[in-house]
Amino acid sequence: MIGIVGYGTQIPRYRIKVEEIAKVWGTDAPTYKRGLNLNEKSVPSPDEDCITLSVNAARNAMLRAMIDPADIGAVYVGSESHPYAVKPTGTIVSEALGACPYVHTADFEFACKAGTEAMFVALHLVKSGVVKYALGIGADTSQGAPGDALEYSASAGAAAFVMGAKNVIAELIDTHCFMTDTPDFWRRENAHYPEHGGRFTGEPSYMKHTAGAVNAILEKTKMKPGDLDYMIFHQPNGKFPVQMAFSLGFKEPQFRHGLLTPTLGNTYSGSSPLGLAATLDVAKPNQTILIVSYGSGAGSDAFIFKTTEKLLEIRDKAPLVRKQLDEHLMYLEYGQYAKFRHKILKPE
Amino acid sequence: MEVAKHWRETPERYRLEAGKCSKCNTIVFPQRIICPECGNRKFTTQSLSGKGKLVSFTIIRIAPGGFEDLAPYAVGIVELEEGVNILTQITDCNPEDLKTGDPLVAKFRRINEDGKTGMIYYAYKFVPDAGL
Ligand SMILES: [Zn+2]
Repeated sequence: MIGIVGYGTQIPRYRIKVEEIAKVWGTDAPTYKRGLNLNEKSVPSPDEDCITLSVNAARNAMLRAMIDPADIGAVYVGSESHPYAVKPTGTIVSEALGACPYVHTADFEFACKAGTEAMFVALHLVKSGVVKYALGIGADTSQGAPGDALEYSASAGAAAFVMGAKNVIAELIDTHCFMTDTPDFWRRENAHYPEHGGRFTGEPSYMKHTAGAVNAILEKTKMKPGDLDYMIFHQPNGKFPVQMAFSLGFKEPQFRHGLLTPTLGNTYSGSSPLGLAATLDVAKPNQTILIVSYGSGAGSDAFIFKTTEKLLEIRDKAPLVRKQLDEHLMYLEYGQYAKFRHKILKPE
Repeated sequence: MEVAKHWRETPERYRLEAGKCSKCNTIVFPQRIICPECGNRKFTTQSLSGKGKLVSFTIIRIAPGGFEDLAPYAVGIVELEEGVNILTQITDCNPEDLKTGDPLVAKFRRINEDGKTGMIYYAYKFVPDAGL
């Protein structure tokens, strides 16, 4: 049996409400809140980035995995906000965890799918027997251009998963991928904000790839939507994943716990992985969980996990997602937010 | 900051690694060559828990270069469970709300950077211990 042996998350303490952003751009907050099913989003402190969120999430995962960091054979971090263009995020994360020097590391990039790519490779390396434990992390501190619809949702957070073959808390049942070349969203090197390909958003991108991955993995595992206890889709807003879930035959109790967007926003590479962590926070042993990511460009990774009795033993060794999401929040005004996110032009 | 100096201090900055005197068990942070208590030169490495209490602090309102975006922020001395005192920045809080004796915990954070194209420096900072 291989699968998840530990998981952990980190969500910043700062939040900004949709009203606060709408006030600045003269838009109608209730329309955005209803349209996106989103009330507020997390904002990284100026001293947080993809690397710090990854390290802090991974440390929480290690509290649950209870393994020697020297036994981690691979560290993969998926993000679209790696702080360096050249110099890996993974080396800093590995060093901070104490996994160096006998460790393989790589940084993944695939818009919002990079986190599950890291998890996919980590799981299959463990399955192949090449490494004893592998860490897969999804982390982002993403930016939407000021005034763009993405500014209401682009947020920050990270989820880390230690994969292994001993003391598994969620067994990997199967994986599947669905990918095509679709130009729905991109950011060029040195561009500060991303751009989207208008008509490619939604139907031909998110919907098609998510549905493609769901149908493929259900067929491969001979399961039906009703056979799964929980499901998590990528959450660019609070609306797409809900529409998608209903259209594929899932019901609200299956996605309720993993749907974090209304108060978290879109954490990009951290999005579906954080939803998985929140679901592991509430799942009972022997329950099945489907997680399907989506990354622009475009593709979806699908996984089915089955929880074990071990989950209950390790769950309380690190903070729960809902606690990080709901407690000790600090709300920002737009001016502070603009400073935090370096949106204010200062003299060099 | 100097790239090489930061790199040398990675064990302390990234993992809170301290030295434990093999003779009298005194814990020194950062690591030293000679034990200040007994003069012994042999140490074992021990990672500190990162949990402690706020002993004293001040609030920085006029920040030095590279820290402007964080002002106002607190810098204080934290006494760790192991008895070691650490001078550190305290983040994720309104500094006006801090009180001596507050429980704090270490988190991995960005400390500074050499401009927009230089190295980014990471290390521990402390935050109020709310189990997050
Ligand atoms: Zn001594």
